[in-house]
Amino acid sequence: MSMLARTLGRTALQAAAARGVHTSSTLNDVRTGSKLKDGANYGANRTTCTLIPGDGVGPEIVYALQEVFKAANVPVDFESYFLSEINPVLSAKLEDVVASIQKNKVCIKGILATPDYSNVGDLQTLNMKLRNDLDLYANVVHVRSLPGIKTRHTNIDTVIIREQTEGEYSALEHESVPGIVECLKIVTAKKSMRIAKFAFDYATKNQRKKVTAVHKANIMKLGDGLFLRCCEDVSKLYPRIQFEKMIVDNTTMQMVSNPNQFDVMVTPNLYGAIVDNLASGLVGGAGVVAGASYSAETVVFEPGARHTFAGAVGKNVANPTAMMLCGVKLLRHINLPTYSEVIFNAINKVLNDGKVRTKDLGGQSTTMDFTRAVIANLH
Amino acid sequence: MALRLTQRLLQTQTPFLTRGYPMLVTKEKSEDVAHTKSSLQKKVTRTDIPSAQYGGRHAVTMLPGGGIGPELMTYVREIFSYCGAPIDFEVIEIDPSTEGNDDLDYAITSIKRNGVALKGNIETKSQELSEVSRNVAIRNELDLYVNVVHCKSYPGIPARHQDIDVVLIRQNTDGEYAMLEHESVPGIVESMKVVTVENAERVARYAFEYARQNNRKKVTTIHKANIMKLSDGLFLECAKRVHKDYPELEHDNMIIDNTCMQAVSKPHQFDVMNMTNLYGTIVSNVLCGLMGGAGLISGRNYGDHYAVFEPGTRNTGTAIAGKNIANPVAMINASIDMLNHLGHKEHANVIYEATYQTIVNDAIRTPDLGGNHSSTDVVENILKILSAKRVNWPHGNYFNQL
Repeated sequence: MSMLARTLGRTALQAAAARGVHTSSTLNDVRTGSKLKDGANYGANRTTCTLIPGDGVGPEIVYALQEVFKAANVPVDFESYFLSEINPVLSAKLEDVVASIQKNKVCIKGILATPDYSNVGDLQTLNMKLRNDLDLYANVVHVRSLPGIKTRHTNIDTVIIREQTEGEYSALEHESVPGIVECLKIVTAKKSMRIAKFAFDYATKNQRKKVTAVHKANIMKLGDGLFLRCCEDVSKLYPRIQFEKMIVDNTTMQMVSNPNQFDVMVTPNLYGAIVDNLASGLVGGAGVVAGASYSAETVVFEPGARHTFAGAVGKNVANPTAMMLCGVKLLRHINLPTYSEVIFNAINKVLNDGKVRTKDLGGQSTTMDFTRAVIANLH
Repeated sequence: MALRLTQRLLQTQTPFLTRGYPMLVTKEKSEDVAHTKSSLQKKVTRTDIPSAQYGGRHAVTMLPGGGIGPELMTYVREIFSYCGAPIDFEVIEIDPSTEGNDDLDYAITSIKRNGVALKGNIETKSQELSEVSRNVAIRNELDLYVNVVHCKSYPGIPARHQDIDVVLIRQNTDGEYAMLEHESVPGIVESMKVVTVENAERVARYAFEYARQNNRKKVTTIHKANIMKLSDGLFLECAKRVHKDYPELEHDNMIIDNTCMQAVSKPHQFDVMNMTNLYGTIVSNVLCGLMGGAGLISGRNYGDHYAVFEPGTRNTGTAIAGKNIANPVAMINASIDMLNHLGHKEHANVIYEATYQTIVNDAIRTPDLGGNHSSTDVVENILKILSAKRVNWPHGNYFNQL
């Protein structure tokens, strides 16, 4: 039996290798002795997911995730594309990646590094292009205190929902007179309505009590004013969810002093990026917070705070927790809750035991150590 | 109040007599028909509300209602999670014993947000005049003007007639359900039946369009225009007018009393039926009864912006609640209709096949179909079949492993 499995595995690997440099799929797991006896026998029913390892430590932590999936016998195959802006020679074509995500509807993505200047003179970054092409308008970052991680605040449980297709990220900048640069911030009623409804629907679905709109409408009376008004309009459709608004500078202060007051937050693009990172810092840093970007059709799961950690490439020290939590979210999204729970419990157990910790959490263990510990706890 | 309404109706009736049919009541309809519209609901209309589809998953309002509703909804959720249907339910309980319409308002708002609902029958216990029937209120408020019930026999189920295949299309908001009743003189009560050109035309057009798209041959309009020459006459007239746009389809009409007789003796002569509100409910109950009862057939309510799916005959089944003998098939069929509406055809197909196999091939049936199995037996068998047929994310390539 094992001979047969090995042969099959090798054939699959060769077939994948023949497909080219940019795409490879993890070999089909043909082991029959599944650890998960309770679920139905899914057998050949496998889901395909697009995988973008990204820059920096992305490939390492994605590999960690794949190892965990393989060990848990998760019926998910990856279609891997190397997409990168700082390494345009090796990068796959954006159109191919977009087509793959549109086909699979789900994607796991590491972080794409963004250079300060563009080598093609483009104002839009690759990240923004991907988001715009797929219309990934809503970014959801669930910031939650994890067990076993010592932080200044405990019991943080906040969801930050960020509009990420307009606002300051419009990529519309110009120098009208030498020495004077204008950057346009675009706010539209349609997209503001959409993100506000997303936030309230998210709150409804997850039994949350309160939605806080973050804005700066006292200064940008028209732009942020429109965003705020749309949120107010939508909030009237949700009489059972409390709605409040808060100015962005105050929000950051409240976040560091009393983060437990926040439940669901809905923010425009730039404020969202700031609050995301701030909140991630509160619960243990970029290595432990998972996020997801939604369009109507597709979801891209990626770490919540966007840092490539380029300094640690190849050193085997990055924390794969964020990426693994992305995997957990992915499984929950595609209706494989049993697998999702098994992996989630294993991660929690390892963090809670505190024996295996990566450097960012004050330990000395490597990425691989952590991965192995999670795998050992899968049951 | 009653006087004002009578006056208004008299005013609007004048053009009926002149046979002019301008757009009569439509402009004032929101005031005429008893509504439960709160001020906030007026503010945000559907066109402003973005759809509730996120990452390929749909949010759907679930109103379990009374009687057997909650049990059936549990089965539906179990089946959905088993075959991996990408639906997130927002469950809203409406307490039948409470006065006031807070829960109902909230339910309607929720349907407006999500666009789609799966619904059991909701009880209205209060006999107070101010309390409208909650089912009717939902239909009126969401303007669900057409109700579609596809009566198709399941082979092998004990029934009076086999091989029935009739589509009932019923006007859902006008007619006798306008809820305009008053006692003008003590001892004399008047109930108004309202027929509007706009709604009659919409439903007729829906019927003909349905017939064309589903390769049906004939549309039969059911009426009582020999007695109610103006109201039902208008309904019939509208259907005849719409028929001119569909010359390839046959159109005839039949009086309601004759229809009932024909339905029980020769139901196969009907193809698509186009009906006013009250006749619709009568004929759909007659036909469902002929085919094996209330437990099989599902109904769909459509408006321009919203869709509500429910069992075809609107009975709460309070008497058999909690006894584990209610037939879950009607509610499962309603959920299949919902999946089809949302575009999850694969999931719909898989659940349909499993259900069909359970009650036809495996003959696992509840007592109302002459079986001796419990509701949970039926559902368990469906789950057993589904376990081999899981539908993959996001849509498709399911394998039957057997």
